Amino acid sequence: MTAIEIPVAPSRWRGISLPWTVPTGAAIVLFWIAVAVLSPLIAPSDPIAQDLSQTLLPPSFAHWLGTDNFGRDVLSRLIWGTRIDLMMGFFGVLFPFIIGVTIGAVAGYSGGIIDAVLMRLLDVTISFPFFVLIIAIVATLGPGLSSFYIALALVGWVSYARLVRSQFLVLKQSDFVLAARCLGFSRGRIVFKHILPNAIMPAVVFSMSDAVLDILLGSSLSFLGLGIQPPTAEWGIMIADGKSFMAQAWWISLFPGLAIVFLAIGFSFLADGFAEMLGAKD
Amino acid sequence: MHRYRFVLTRPLQLIPVLFGISVVTFILTHMIPGDPARILLGIRATAEAIAAIHEKFGLDKPIVVQYFYFLANLVQGDFGRSIIYRAPVLGVVAERILPTLSLILLAVAISAILSAILASVAATKRGSFADQSIRLFSTIGLGLPSFWLGIVFIMIFSLGLGLFPVSGYGETFLDRLHHLALPATTLAVSLAPVITRNLRASLIAESTSDYVTAARAKGVPAHVIFFGHVFRNSLLPTISLFGVNIGWMIGGTVVVETVFSVPGLGQLMVSSIFARDYLVVQAVTLVLALGVVATNFLVDLTTAFLDPRVTV
Repeated sequence: MTAIEIPVAPSRWRGISLPWTVPTGAAIVLFWIAVAVLSPLIAPSDPIAQDLSQTLLPPSFAHWLGTDNFGRDVLSRLIWGTRIDLMMGFFGVLFPFIIGVTIGAVAGYSGGIIDAVLMRLLDVTISFPFFVLIIAIVATLGPGLSSFYIALALVGWVSYARLVRSQFLVLKQSDFVLAARCLGFSRGRIVFKHILPNAIMPAVVFSMSDAVLDILLGSSLSFLGLGIQPPTAEWGIMIADGKSFMAQAWWISLFPGLAIVFLAIGFSFLADGFAEMLGAKD
Repeated sequence: MHRYRFVLTRPLQLIPVLFGISVVTFILTHMIPGDPARILLGIRATAEAIAAIHEKFGLDKPIVVQYFYFLANLVQGDFGRSIIYRAPVLGVVAERILPTLSLILLAVAISAILSAILASVAATKRGSFADQSIRLFSTIGLGLPSFWLGIVFIMIFSLGLGLFPVSGYGETFLDRLHHLALPATTLAVSLAPVITRNLRASLIAESTSDYVTAARAKGVPAHVIFFGHVFRNSLLPTISLFGVNIGWMIGGTVVVETVFSVPGLGQLMVSSIFARDYLVVQAVTLVLALGVVATNFLVDLTTAFLDPRVTV
């Protein structure tokens, strides 16, 4: 008796070696998550407590990264700031990811008029300069973190929708989808249980570099005065605070900037590594 | 069908996008809390005066009608009056276009040169220490916040070494170039990693193609193959990449202009948001979106003229 060849979904990740960038990136991101979680324990002092007798002190044993113009400890502010900047990376990706993947899946699977309408919406959204549209939306809604997330959700979905849609266009023609359809599975089951797991990887890989982008955007907004408001400790605000004192106190702006770069490198390594693995898989 | 017919047909495809842009900008300004008439007249305005303004500007009409008023004004170049500058918005915005345009062009030039050098080195010495360092540079470069990099540049090159002015724009051409050098470099550093990566990849892909093997077999010198064939053919996908990234560059100018106090569109946008001068914000958003559409159009045309295989 000969076995019948049953069409199955493409194989997953077997036999693909892990590039060095993945563990390195994961270690960096985990380091920052640990700093964020443990900030009440490891921060040497209160991030917003002012001490006007201790202003603009250079890095020393008492204040490892110096103090700012209000006498606040830069290291403590940097440690507490991790919470907000990591969150901007996480939620900044989460909402656009969910919206974009859903729209991409619906457009790609259903085709026709729904696809055409959603794609025109996408054309208009990408014809705006991304950051300018974010700023314009935040200006309308009023400065703050929630406006930033809403703006990102309204604008950021396009990249995910594009990636998922193009995968759906290919996968919905494949044999395993036809097999699922022949078995009488519902449309929802085919889309979410059969196609989506195979279509989502490019979007997941992109979400890593998107996290870098969102951290940069969020801190830029705070720097411009449109994001998180002082005296909250956030890296973009700290850099803005230091700008007026850059001639006397370089340390106020320098260290939070390095923190952004270091966190961004972690996500970029993850993105590079996963992209390499995805390339090896295809 | 004639090869260059797209010069006429392509602009038609832009109409739905331009329509969409005008709708989005209209909705954005419309969502701003507060009555425009009250903003215009001040807190102590009488109800009659406000009603008169509503009637004059059509604010009492249904929203769709208001949109068409808006569109009609737009087509005539009427963007309203700025409450801060006490002048027509169009003039206020137009004055700021040149500094932003110069900044972007200079940044594109710097990043093109930087990327061409880095990508050529990386692609010809694949896997070497230089290649690895360039790849690391592009990874780090992607995560560099430009507002921070600008400040670091000011600290080193302006305050430390005294080579460049801290801020401003300058009067003569050379003076302006001197003023824009640091902001443009800051902007270029955020673009160069993307271009370098892609140019490196296409250089490597081109150098493995058959015509390169054939040229090598004929005994054509390596540098002639590289610059005469491989490099030229790799430029095309890179040009379209500049088009894709122009929106990103324009976003970057908002931040960079603020750091270096360059009197461009980005700085105008930020200061107008704080001044609640929303008509100016609206006009800047619109002008910048048109800039992206125009750039992509030009990039499409350039690609089609340079490569006969491309159809637009």
